[in-house]
Amino acid sequence: MTDVAASPGNSNVASATPDTMSWDSRARRVMMIYLPLSCFVLILLFPFYWMGITSFKPNAELLNYKEHNPFWISSPTIAHIKHLLFNTAYPTWLKTTMFVAIGSTTLSLFASTLAAYAIERLRFKGSPYVGLGIYLAYLVPPSILFIPLATVIVQFGLFDSPMALILVYPTFLVPFCTWLLIGYFKSIPYELEECALVDGATRLQILWRITLPLAVPGLISAGIFSFTLSWNEFIYALAFIQSGANKTVPVAILTELVTGDVYQWGALMAGSLLGSLPVALFYSLFVDYYVSSLTGAVKE
Amino acid sequence: MSVTTMNSRNVVTRQPGMIARLFDYKPFLIVMCLTPAIGLLAVFLTYPLGLGVWLAFTDTTIGQRGVFVGFENFQYLLKDPLWWNAVFYSVFYTAVATFGKFALGFWLALLLNNHFRFKSILRAIILLPWIVPTVLSALAFWWIYDPQFSIVSYLLVDVLHVRSTNVDFLGTPWPARFSLIAANIWRGIPFVAISLLAGLQTISPSLYEAAMLDGATAWQRFRFITLPMMMPILAIVMTFSIIFTFTDFQLVYAITRGGPVNSTHLLATLAFQRGIAGGELGEGAAIAVSMIPFLVFATLFSYFGLARRKWQQGEAND
Repeated sequence: MTDVAASPGNSNVASATPDTMSWDSRARRVMMIYLPLSCFVLILLFPFYWMGITSFKPNAELLNYKEHNPFWISSPTIAHIKHLLFNTAYPTWLKTTMFVAIGSTTLSLFASTLAAYAIERLRFKGSPYVGLGIYLAYLVPPSILFIPLATVIVQFGLFDSPMALILVYPTFLVPFCTWLLIGYFKSIPYELEECALVDGATRLQILWRITLPLAVPGLISAGIFSFTLSWNEFIYALAFIQSGANKTVPVAILTELVTGDVYQWGALMAGSLLGSLPVALFYSLFVDYYVSSLTGAVKE
Repeated sequence: MSVTTMNSRNVVTRQPGMIARLFDYKPFLIVMCLTPAIGLLAVFLTYPLGLGVWLAFTDTTIGQRGVFVGFENFQYLLKDPLWWNAVFYSVFYTAVATFGKFALGFWLALLLNNHFRFKSILRAIILLPWIVPTVLSALAFWWIYDPQFSIVSYLLVDVLHVRSTNVDFLGTPWPARFSLIAANIWRGIPFVAISLLAGLQTISPSLYEAAMLDGATAWQRFRFITLPMMMPILAIVMTFSIIFTFTDFQLVYAITRGGPVNSTHLLATLAFQRGIAGGELGEGAAIAVSMIPFLVFATLFSYFGLARRKWQQGEAND
């Protein structure tokens, strides 16, 4: 992996080796690679296309496949989005979600940077076990925890408050971020810190002035990942938040917009589209960080 | 005289350093650094985990502290056909969805491991289903599975003329079960494919060259090089995938809420229905706790069944 990454000029040769064989004709390549690949892409993207096209269709077109081609819009409308923004509490939900996501991301980044630094760089007896313990915490799924957590939240008087979510989300963010950052800290040469120690820097100065600036890519990866995970979180937000104004987008769309027997598919899809956009935008800006943190976390 | 002034100056310059010195004292610094993370995890993860096990042995309801009732909750669950139904569907859902995700995801990873143009863009696009909030893509699936206006039914009935009636995706138990599994597979493929792709790129091309010189076919190269080399990463990704598929909640809650006639309840959705919506915290906790043995078993199975690291690194065979 490192070899391939280190020599972009050679990566061509390295990854192409398996298929530079005598049987490698163009027709076969199309059948074996491009055709299945396009099927995959088509299926993986279709729900988004469908979501997008539904949110701009007028209701008449939406439910009439006989006269209108369902795969296209003849007269696009922004009525659904207008309805969402002005007739529902959608802007409030967006704000709450943003607040919760930023709050829990900051908290978990702070906690996990310090923890990762202590485990990887301050090395003490039992530091590998602390690392393992934090890693095991990632394997405890929220579905097991939400019922007792609800009683804990009530005890703390945080029920129905976004603060509850900010405090609870780190339970799955901290293990992930710590593990990711331990990997990054490992890649920073020890010698740099030793130099600073010899020059009389304190440990905190070393962390702040040397290790952290060098670990910025890792911090970005951990940050965007935490943001996405907290934006997408559902079960805790569903169990701990009751009042309409404090709901996060995923919960609010499902519980506030789905009403009655006739579903407002246009508004529902517009809400889903708008709720997905922030993470999708974020994602498109930092694709490489996502991929590296995803694969890095798995390989560790 | 001059000595004392020197000393006093030294004291003055060291004074603000007291706190800094404390922070430079390693054991203190270690404790300070670990406190936020360990504190958060202890209060909001370890304590609730223990509390959950305790709750499972009480008859707590919302607004009323329960008393210890021993195994009563579990005895009740064992006689409850709905719980057995949820156990069956959770296992079935996990087995079929994991198989689908890994078969298709591995295939996609192998496809992406070829060299072609726009590879990085394609890789970025493929991760999208995994990035977008599950509930929101689940809503899109709900709309795709609509009994009257499903686009899939439209394709099958009006365009391809394969069927004469609309598909009833979510109205009857078995189609609903498979529809949910399909949605889960759709969401899981990107994660599996991208993680396995990272594993594929670590396999040295020289192994394939050597195999080709020995006249190995494409299938033999896959079977005897790719697959064994991928085992460790497969084991880890599969462990994660099984844990999070078995405890899935969002997809089912968003699309069917356990219906029709409770046929698609997973243990997590049943626990939510009994525990939070129904207010029977003790019983809900018992259902949640009943997931733990399955999880431990699945983790051990996928981890020790697949991970053969020592053998892989060429160390002693065991």
